[in-house]
Amino acid sequence: MLEIIQDYWLTFLIGQYPNGPLGGLAMTIIVAVLSILMSFPIAVAFAMARLSAFGWLRAASAGLVNLVRGIPLLMLIFWCYFVIPIMTGYAVSGFWTLVCALTIYEAAYLSEVIRAGMASVPKGQTEAARSLGGGYFLTMRGVILPQALFNVLPGITSQFISTIKETSLGYVIAVNELTFAANQVNNLLLTQPLQVFTILAAIYFILCFVLSRGLSRLETSIRRKRGLL
Amino acid sequence: MNFLLPPDQWAMLFGGLRTTILLFAIAWIGAFALALILVIVRATDYRVCRWSVDAFVAYHRNVPLLVQVMFWYFAMPELLPEGIRFWLYDHNAEFCLAAIALALGSAAYQAEDIRSGLRAIPGTQFEAARALGCTYMETMRFIVVPQALRISLPPLVGRALLLFKNTSIAMAIGVAELTYRTREIENLTFNTFTIFGIATVLYLLGTFSLMAFGSWLERRATPGRKERHHA
Repeated sequence: MLEIIQDYWLTFLIGQYPNGPLGGLAMTIIVAVLSILMSFPIAVAFAMARLSAFGWLRAASAGLVNLVRGIPLLMLIFWCYFVIPIMTGYAVSGFWTLVCALTIYEAAYLSEVIRAGMASVPKGQTEAARSLGGGYFLTMRGVILPQALFNVLPGITSQFISTIKETSLGYVIAVNELTFAANQVNNLLLTQPLQVFTILAAIYFILCFVLSRGLSRLETSIRRKRGLL
Repeated sequence: MNFLLPPDQWAMLFGGLRTTILLFAIAWIGAFALALILVIVRATDYRVCRWSVDAFVAYHRNVPLLVQVMFWYFAMPELLPEGIRFWLYDHNAEFCLAAIALALGSAAYQAEDIRSGLRAIPGTQFEAARALGCTYMETMRFIVVPQALRISLPPLVGRALLLFKNTSIAMAIGVAELTYRTREIENLTFNTFTIFGIATVLYLLGTFSLMAFGSWLERRATPGRKERHHA
């Protein structure tokens, strides 16, 4: 196992990068960060739509969110894989296909998290802001969202960690990420799947475990600084 | 758009759907049984037991399901005794190994859900039941477990939904379930929109009926609701 790490650690970390496309762990992290960043504004918009005063907007956003939550991510990835090239007229790389699919998928789940946070802000806050003359958007931006987003920080970070894990599905459409790199190594070695997949699982485990522990530490320290603990 | 598929493709698709449902059912039953065992083992006083259950849960929560499935498919057979390995290769190894991987992954999450349900029951409930003369088993059977299951029902339904959707990951190791069949038919016909549309509708039917069943269960499990129905 140590030998495999010694020979192939660069493949696991960055793929064939200097001589080929970037891949491996670096790609996994790039895809995850990009998708969560892109899905965040969409999720906030959808959370606002689901709590809006207009019935049709609530119904439409709820329908869309439930549609995305009702199908497997793999199905969504295949939809993007086939539909985006037809819609845009360009051949889209696997990378952007995966980022698009993850953005849509995470936006649906994240909007539920954020909606719960917004619903848990006491109604008096909205009423006070409105009676002070703040419009809808000022109330949202200045009063409701800062409180709601802070309260659901744990939910957002755990969504980020599941995004990291979900990038592994890019393997199915041949995106050059960590799982794909491990399979390449496995195909080169042929005889040591046990070692290769143990390394693969260990990398994901360390990444996600350390991140989730670290982020929850960070949250506690922020809460403590704000005098909430 | 040609909406209706030829009958042989419908047959392929429904064969895939049957595999999906079978995979889900087997994995769910295995996961629930294993989750109960994990909860009981976790509740014992031995530090080794607690530690190993925690490690099991941490592994399955922090490693992608696809990697877990691949690990079982590519790596695990090496560790199995020869007899079991040959038996597996004779009996649809992909399906069996995918079902095991899915069951283990879901069990880790379900165990956490059940455990937090148990933790939510105040200790006084247990003490009161014992003070009224119930035995340990009676206390568990009639007082603690029914309340705990009621609390953990919503997250357990959510887990079941996730498990149903995650069966699609088994296509990566060649289990001929719904997503796999969809891809196969798409490759044959290039009738992309129709076939993916049908598969999506089938998945949605599955998840929505699971959701409906879940909320029916929750309504049944909540005391007082039934009486309100009659009134």
